[in-house]
Amino acid sequence: MKSRINTLIGGALIALLLGTAATAAFWTPFDPLRINLKARLQAPSLLHWFGTDEFGRDVLSRLMAGAAASVVVALATVLIAVSIGVLVGGIAGYLRGWTDRIIMAVNDALLAFPGILLALAVMIVIGANKTGLVLALGLAYIPSVARVVRGTVLSIREKEYIEASRVIGNSELYSMLRHVLPNAIAPVAVLATSMFGWVLLAESALSFLGLGVPPPAPTWGNMLAASRPYMETAAWLSIAPGLCIALTLLGINLLGDSLRDRLDPRMAHG
Amino acid sequence: MTAPLLTVDQLRIEAARTAAVVVDDVSFAIERGEFLAVVGESGSGKTAAARAILGLLPPGLRRVGGAIRLDGEDLAEIAPRRMRALRGRSVGMVFQEPMVSLNPAISVGAQMAEGLALHERLTRAEIRQRCLDMLARVQIRDPARTFDAYPHEFSGGMRQRIMLASVMLLKPKLLLADEPTTALDTLSQREVLDLMVELARDHGTAVMLITHNLGLVSRYAQRAVVLRQGKLVETGSVRQILSAPREAYTRQLVDALPRRSSASGRRVAGDPLISVRGLKVSFGGRQRLFRRDADVAAVNGVDLEIGAGETVAVVGGSGSGKTTLGRAMLRLIPAAGGEIRFQGRDVIGTRDRAFRLASQLVFQDPYSSLDPRMRVGEIVAEPLRHVPELSSRERDRRVAGMLEEVGLAGFAQRWPHELSGGQRQRIAIARAIVRHPSFVVADEPVSALDMTIQAQVLKLFERLQAQYGFACLFISHDLAAVEQVADRVVVMQAGRIVEQGSRDDVFDRPQHEYTRALLAATPVLDLAGQAAARVSG
Repeated sequence: MKSRINTLIGGALIALLLGTAATAAFWTPFDPLRINLKARLQAPSLLHWFGTDEFGRDVLSRLMAGAAASVVVALATVLIAVSIGVLVGGIAGYLRGWTDRIIMAVNDALLAFPGILLALAVMIVIGANKTGLVLALGLAYIPSVARVVRGTVLSIREKEYIEASRVIGNSELYSMLRHVLPNAIAPVAVLATSMFGWVLLAESALSFLGLGVPPPAPTWGNMLAASRPYMETAAWLSIAPGLCIALTLLGINLLGDSLRDRLDPRMAHG
Repeated sequence: MTAPLLTVDQLRIEAARTAAVVVDDVSFAIERGEFLAVVGESGSGKTAAARAILGLLPPGLRRVGGAIRLDGEDLAEIAPRRMRALRGRSVGMVFQEPMVSLNPAISVGAQMAEGLALHERLTRAEIRQRCLDMLARVQIRDPARTFDAYPHEFSGGMRQRIMLASVMLLKPKLLLADEPTTALDTLSQREVLDLMVELARDHGTAVMLITHNLGLVSRYAQRAVVLRQGKLVETGSVRQILSAPREAYTRQLVDALPRRSSASGRRVAGDPLISVRGLKVSFGGRQRLFRRDADVAAVNGVDLEIGAGETVAVVGGSGSGKTTLGRAMLRLIPAAGGEIRFQGRDVIGTRDRAFRLASQLVFQDPYSSLDPRMRVGEIVAEPLRHVPELSSRERDRRVAGMLEEVGLAGFAQRWPHELSGGQRQRIAIARAIVRHPSFVVADEPVSALDMTIQAQVLKLFERLQAQYGFACLFISHDLAAVEQVADRVVVMQAGRIVEQGSRDDVFDRPQHEYTRALLAATPVLDLAGQAAARVSG
């Protein structure tokens, strides 16, 4: 019962986010890039629901446009991290031995760097744009996925149903794809949803440092960054994007939990 | 006429969330120094009843009615503080799983000392001395070394003795033992229970033994309480319950004990289906800091032949190498030496596909041998992937037929977690048989199941074997089950075969000392009605 309410709230928040991002592609109340210096730093009003920023741009319009950018960046990053992480972790966990040791040595070395620091280094090489951001963050988050997947695979491959699969005459690859990976999905699903949140934050942090999506294109991160000098005089500039990030994280986490439960036949009827 | 030590009066326990009744108006009493057995299968509420005595019901269960009186004190009414004083001091408990009931991070001595330090005023030296005495009492070889060692250094049987020692240190008036030997092999089981009885007698402790094993009940207990689905079925002296059960369910339990089938010596003439010569399997020694221990030979030069359709049982205690032998014969573990021939062909050097497809394995634990993300129908159908000549309609028909064969018709769409242990084991058997193998290794296939379910599964197995005629390597430490199904018996100790022969020869005229010890340790019911243990040879 409680989980159903959670699913509902999470689903509603994410639907709102995706709907907003989609709408922003062809319509926003104002042009998010149009500068109007006569209307700078206006408090929220009926005309500008979330006020205007230091260049007189409509905050609501910018949030809507930023939603699209943030969602695309976060989704693409999680996709990269999860697919490569599952591949690498799965190989290490299933083959074990030297393959595992080498892969994990590299992995742990990467893991030892703070993700942001790693992303920073990559961004400097690739350049500060959306592609660079996605690649950098994706790379930074691969090691944690690989670690989780490897550990899960290691424990699952000792289960008797894997041995049963070998006795049946199934190949190693088939056993891996049919029996090991599906059972390793649950922790990855949980990790992926929380990672979505981290990526949103990391994107904000990188934008804050001036390495995210370059201005004037809005993202929640660079809006938050730009609002810093006006924190005391125009609090809505920080509150609005901050609230967006927080609510999105909430929605993602709620939805992720219920997704994990739904993926598991043991929980589906419980 | 003194009052009993413990009286349980109309105890009623419910699941907090669903209000399902777990224990339903159960009443019984234990006299001082008495050995009472509480008998029941899974779901009978026997563990919940015992835990309620200590106020240690697992979360989700609660006592909703009834009284529990220990020495006249109502345990339901006393303050938590008083209850804590009683735990350990007056009522001790030994758990089922010796592997997890000792804290791996604390030395044995420290764990034993905990209770003494809590309940008695003693100096450290006195505590240590008492612990050492008690360890010596439970026949631990080197008490001083054991005192400073950690739990992982000991086998299951040793841990259970340590557990017993630390509980008995406080000389409780009542000892609750919840399936204390279910996880142990026959020999350790005997040792641990014999010790428990001796210690209880020394200290005048009453014992409440919770078990599903009627053999143990007949050997050790004076009175028994039979529970089923939370209800009290029957109570009385062990002799009366076992020889003249009043209730149908008790009779069913007694009847479920494996009996020797008359047909024996199905010795098949001609070439053996599988022959093993000088098979060796070794595991790499433990990796220490700078060196590696010498390899351990788990199977050390085994010769064995199995004819088509024959059942050969491998018996032995834990660590005897019987499971390794089964795995090695299926080529799941590489052999270090020797040869395995299947229908005359060597299957060690070559990757013999025909052998892989003709051999199968039934596992001990039905909870981990089925992929939790596959439906029953998919699980049973999976081996048929490798029978390409079968059309998908024929395959579906074969799966449905197989499910019917094991008594689970219409279960194809269920998930494994929706089934009971016995049902899962039937599915595992169906999966093993569906491709009509000629050789099946059954690794303790019933030891994880309840008694009545064991009997059903063994019967099913026998019937399927008669029908499909596969040869079987039946690995077990339960001699009673072996007696029921085996044609020939092989006794293993420390990786070697110490005795082999026809079932009747091995059971009635054991030659090797180890075989005799195993037989003596197996609790059996005398069918003449008098409950007794098999006299050791």
